[in-house]
Amino acid sequence: MICWWVTPSPAFVEEMHELAITQSMFNLVLDEANKAKAKKVKKVNLVIGEMSGVVDDCVQFYFELFSKDTIAEKAELSFKKVPIQAQCKDCGEVFVLKEFDWACPRCHNSNIEIKTGNELYIDSIEVE
Amino acid sequence: MEVKVLKNILSANDQIAARNRELLDSKGIFTINIMSSPGAGKTSLLLETIKRLKDRFKIGVIEGDISSRIDADRIAQEGVPAVQINTGGECHLDANMTGTALANMPLDKINLLFIENVGNLICPGEFQLGENKKVLISSVPEGDDKPYKYPLMFHIADVIVLNKIDLLPYVRFNMENFTKGVKALNQNAEIIQVSCVTGEGLDKWVAWLLANVTRPAR
Repeated sequence: MICWWVTPSPAFVEEMHELAITQSMFNLVLDEANKAKAKKVKKVNLVIGEMSGVVDDCVQFYFELFSKDTIAEKAELSFKKVPIQAQCKDCGEVFVLKEFDWACPRCHNSNIEIKTGNELYIDSIEVE
Repeated sequence: MEVKVLKNILSANDQIAARNRELLDSKGIFTINIMSSPGAGKTSLLLETIKRLKDRFKIGVIEGDISSRIDADRIAQEGVPAVQINTGGECHLDANMTGTALANMPLDKINLLFIENVGNLICPGEFQLGENKKVLISSVPEGDDKPYKYPLMFHIADVIVLNKIDLLPYVRFNMENFTKGVKALNQNAEIIQVSCVTGEGLDKWVAWLLANVTRPAR
């Protein structure tokens, strides 16, 4: 019947999970630095949950590309990783999820609720 | 000096997603984002859904792939408007691409929109598109350990469709281990077992849609 074909990306480029995330992060950093009338961004403090699957080295790599010749060039990236933490809904125990073992370590039930691990935000930036 | 930011890194995408949602709401369109790894059965499930529901809903489909229009062509053959997005390398759809696709969709002629995301169990979970519900398709041949390996996707799904159950006698798949993993990550998501080949379970999938698609049919 009807079919439209949309190609928003102009070139065939291998892109990774972290590229779009780092681009958004970089844009936010520049935005906040400009609002603070900063001349230089020295450090970006990131909070990243383990559930996001973000690889620090990839973010670092892309950030260096994006920030070249900008006030954020050579800014240090700090990655505060948040583990996937759960709470047992039966006995209240709070614990970090281990690979393939998601039962409560105290009562061994699987009735758990994920509490942390999905974070992906900029906590602060350090500027001059 | 330290400048406190406390902003979600993907807030820019979320803002565009919110605008997409406003547009869809204004047109009375209920939107479902369908995600899975490549080959788990997103297009197959969509085709079976269209066959069963095209007299009840005015359906439109946005197809996301890195390249080709194979899926959009298959959908269009069912007489449903289909827009194909080729990301050219991006491994997920984002709100901006979705907005571009919406501009090419006859929004006044549909009331139920399916967005078939790029096949990927990692990135689509991060990016809001403006949808009302998120559907994750997992399939039997992928194995029962997928919730443990890809927790974010299983955590954020509104429903999990376990496809290819006709293959259960032929592959190692521990249903108890799979269910335990899903329930640990997501207390609210139902697991609907289906086979798009034999048709088993598709009535339950349709029942879920009828119970959860809250926009009135126009």
